Amino acid sequence: MSAATAPLLSVERLTMRFGGLLAIDDMSLDVAGRQITGVIGPNGAGKTTFFNCLTGFYKPTDGSVRLNHPQRGLMRLEALPSHQVAHKAQVVRTFQNIRLFPKMTVLENLMVAQHNALQHASRFSLAGLFGLSGYRQAEKKAMDKAIGWLKRLDLIDKANTAAGDLPYGMQRRIEIARALCVDPLLLCLDEPAAGLNPRESAELNELLKHLARDEGIAILLIEHDMSVVMNVSDHICVLNYGRKIAEGSPTQVQQDPNVIKAYLGEDDADEQLHPEARP
Amino acid sequence: MALALQQLINGLTLGAVYGLIAIGYTMVYGIIGMINFAHGDIYMVSAFIAVTVFTLLATFGISSVPLALLLVLIVAVLFTSVYGWTVERLAYRPLRGATRLAPLISAIGMSIFLQNMVQLTQGARVKPIPPVLVGGIDLLTVDGFTVRLAYTQILIVIVTVALMAGFTWLITRTSFGRQQRSCEQDRTMTALLGINVDRTISLTFMLGAALAAVAGVMVTVYYGVVDFFIGFVAGIKAFTAAVLGGIGSLPGAMLGGLLIGLIEAFWAAYLSAEYKDVATFSILILVLMFRPSGLLGRPEVEKV
Amino acid sequence: MATLVLATHSISPAARFKDAATVAFIALLLGIPMIGLTTVDQGGALRIATRWPTLFAFVAAAFAGRLVLRYAIDQFKARKLAHERSAAATAAADAVADSRRAGRPLLTWVGWAALGVALSLPVFFADNRYVVDTATTVLIYVMLGWGLNVVVGLAGLLDLGYVAFYAVGAYTYGILGTQFGWGFWQALPVAGAMAATFGIILGWPTLRLRGDYLAIVTLGFGEIIRVILVNWTELSGGPNGIASIPRPSFFGLELKPPGDDPTFASFFGLEYSPSQRIIFLYYLILALALITNVFVSRMRKLPIGRAWEAMREDEIACKAMGINARNVKLSAFAIGAMLGGFAGVFFAARMGFISPESFTFSESAIILAIVVLGGMGSQLGVVLASLVLVLLPELGRDFAEYRMLLFGAAMVLIMVWKPGGILAHREPTMRYVADGEKR
Repeated sequence: MSAATAPLLSVERLTMRFGGLLAIDDMSLDVAGRQITGVIGPNGAGKTTFFNCLTGFYKPTDGSVRLNHPQRGLMRLEALPSHQVAHKAQVVRTFQNIRLFPKMTVLENLMVAQHNALQHASRFSLAGLFGLSGYRQAEKKAMDKAIGWLKRLDLIDKANTAAGDLPYGMQRRIEIARALCVDPLLLCLDEPAAGLNPRESAELNELLKHLARDEGIAILLIEHDMSVVMNVSDHICVLNYGRKIAEGSPTQVQQDPNVIKAYLGEDDADEQLHPEARP
Repeated sequence: MALALQQLINGLTLGAVYGLIAIGYTMVYGIIGMINFAHGDIYMVSAFIAVTVFTLLATFGISSVPLALLLVLIVAVLFTSVYGWTVERLAYRPLRGATRLAPLISAIGMSIFLQNMVQLTQGARVKPIPPVLVGGIDLLTVDGFTVRLAYTQILIVIVTVALMAGFTWLITRTSFGRQQRSCEQDRTMTALLGINVDRTISLTFMLGAALAAVAGVMVTVYYGVVDFFIGFVAGIKAFTAAVLGGIGSLPGAMLGGLLIGLIEAFWAAYLSAEYKDVATFSILILVLMFRPSGLLGRPEVEKV
Repeated sequence: MATLVLATHSISPAARFKDAATVAFIALLLGIPMIGLTTVDQGGALRIATRWPTLFAFVAAAFAGRLVLRYAIDQFKARKLAHERSAAATAAADAVADSRRAGRPLLTWVGWAALGVALSLPVFFADNRYVVDTATTVLIYVMLGWGLNVVVGLAGLLDLGYVAFYAVGAYTYGILGTQFGWGFWQALPVAGAMAATFGIILGWPTLRLRGDYLAIVTLGFGEIIRVILVNWTELSGGPNGIASIPRPSFFGLELKPPGDDPTFASFFGLEYSPSQRIIFLYYLILALALITNVFVSRMRKLPIGRAWEAMREDEIACKAMGINARNVKLSAFAIGAMLGGFAGVFFAARMGFISPESFTFSESAIILAIVVLGGMGSQLGVVLASLVLVLLPELGRDFAEYRMLLFGAAMVLIMVWKPGGILAHREPTMRYVADGEKR
């Protein structure tokens, strides 16, 4: 990360408490634009809770999440309701346990993601009801955008299929395509590789790199699959019991004794954190 | 003051009855996640059975009140449980795994069916029975107003407390209770552990019907009149009680029942008898606005 | 339990008899307290009466019915299995899929045919007041079903108190018409706006509630409105309701016997006949229902309609897509309520008299049943379900007391037979057409 540019997102002293449970404890993290930041940690380390605080689904007990929006300036995400985090701050997420609109077609899923722009164009649905040309153009544009992403994610054959009827790996891709239709500045992916086969994960790697490098979308990535995280991340943050225990480049993190200890005890850690060393 | 005491007694009695019916709603909701709309009508069926058995006993000349009550309770509970079982078997079991609304509509259909069945077979007119348990204890007299605790009220409260105790034991301490609770949490896993889920659900319906049957007998004794429409009103009140207390929670159902009984009694006495239902539902809406899972319900953490 | 034996088509006759005997035994237990025994009022005291022959007939019917039904179901399943096997063997599965694809134009065709029948019905039954009246009733339920479909079918909000909005519409017109002399067409938009306002009033406190909690609150709301109508006598006339509500006019022309002002009959040089009004009312509700249908179908294809459906599918995902869940839910409540309000205005105008008795919970239950039985979200399904639910009890008119019994049984049976509703198919709001592919 270059020190000269201000980070896109800076999380400061974030704390989330559920009754007696400290899910996130005084965590700080900077996320740079156009980069992929991995968030790893054992199960129950607080990764998903961190996403929920970031995207307005939970109100953090303490701390702040600031977004440096190129057009709107500084925004405090912890004070925004979840739909505004997506709509105004353009911080968009996916879910660990895929949340598509299962009975709607893939194309419709991607159209729902463009609701705000289209709703605006439909002028309280009146322009839409009477089929005015302004609305029709907006709809055409939205459809083109959706079709563009479907083509690039190799989903176009399934555009008219109900999303819930498709295989798991495809549903993961649809969720990413849907999030991309919201025009994210920062894309938060919660275990996008879970349940994917090796070929699909390799494709995911390429997609994530392409999004960050060519589309300029910053990515926050929660992932257990080390072959993905270590391969694509520019920067990695390691959580354990709600605390940040290490941070740095993939190589730095892999060698960090704290991480090795926290992850698997001393013996197996090496094998897990260095996937390329696997037999 | 005296009036308040009297209304407290009346409200608690009414609340106990609502609570008994509410337990049936809450258990069924807990185990298969549906509103058993026909539950109020099961209670109504039991009230009619009670009227028939009381009349039958009078024909045979059984005049001992405790014996008559015991017999009526046993007969009503047995036959009503069969109704509970049949309703589940016919209208709900085929719909396991269907959309959430399917069993609800089927239940509304069942409720309409039962109401009209009773109207056809037992007549549409109100059925009065001679008082079974008369008299009471005069607690105090203030300015010519006597606060009276009727024997029927004592009976209702005692039976309710005893049933609640027995029921809590059944759910928390017995093997059936454990099976029932595990079905509530995860039906698939329970089935994988070799527990007959269908049987557990059937038993739950029968138990709920049995409690409604007791409530039906008590109400018959308390008011002395029965008609085919009582199930609807009592059903809605009891369901409101279950939701108010936190659906799925047994103590919640009882608490909700008592609260609704008290609200009705006091509202009717001090404000307006006509608007007592408005009061009940308004309070329900208010409570749910601030506690969306009811008073004793486990707050549902939005799982993201 | 013998009734739980798995259905295979090779059950021995002994097992069949045992199964039927179990059913007969349960029927006996159910029948004893309700059919076998009853109480009759004799000089103020109850006396036991018995009906053993009826009970015996009931049990025998249960036994025979179970035997036949079980046999029929087994045969059906066996045949279906054999058919599927042969289909799999001959790879005819594609043909099945093709026929299913062809089902959609068929439904469209059915829709147009139904419209044709609806338009021409009064022509063929001009003198049959009963047929036109019943058809008008069906159309009221169709319109109510289409309105509630927005809330329940599309937005997935379980509303058990829809009748409240119907009542608000009817009473708004009742009061405006009788006390302020408003006409049908003036009152229509006001009553719709009024009902929509009530929809928002109900929707606001219930935004956080989900599923069944919402169900009981909406039910309670419906009851609150009804109780207020019963008791606020100065406003609503109490249990006596409001009478002599003005009838709708045809562009200012009254449909009544000739008088001083020009009437519909005198203007068009027709001879006055009372059936003109009946037929006019029929076409009026048909027009209102069709407008509702076009409106709802178009809304469904707009962003707001897709947001309703998305909300039904997954509210959390909607929020993550930047959708304001509050606005989407409230708009569904308001629009559903407005349509119910319009239907209410028509109801008041048609009857000329309204009272709280027309707006009970059972009315809400019927409308909800129409939406669910029809297949949630399906517009044509609502029409089919309304036909079934209104006409079926009419068929049983000769045994009037069995009407509602039949009605309840039909609700259970249709649901068990088709848990997804009569038409469970969901039509996408838009399709991707690849370049060069024909539409």
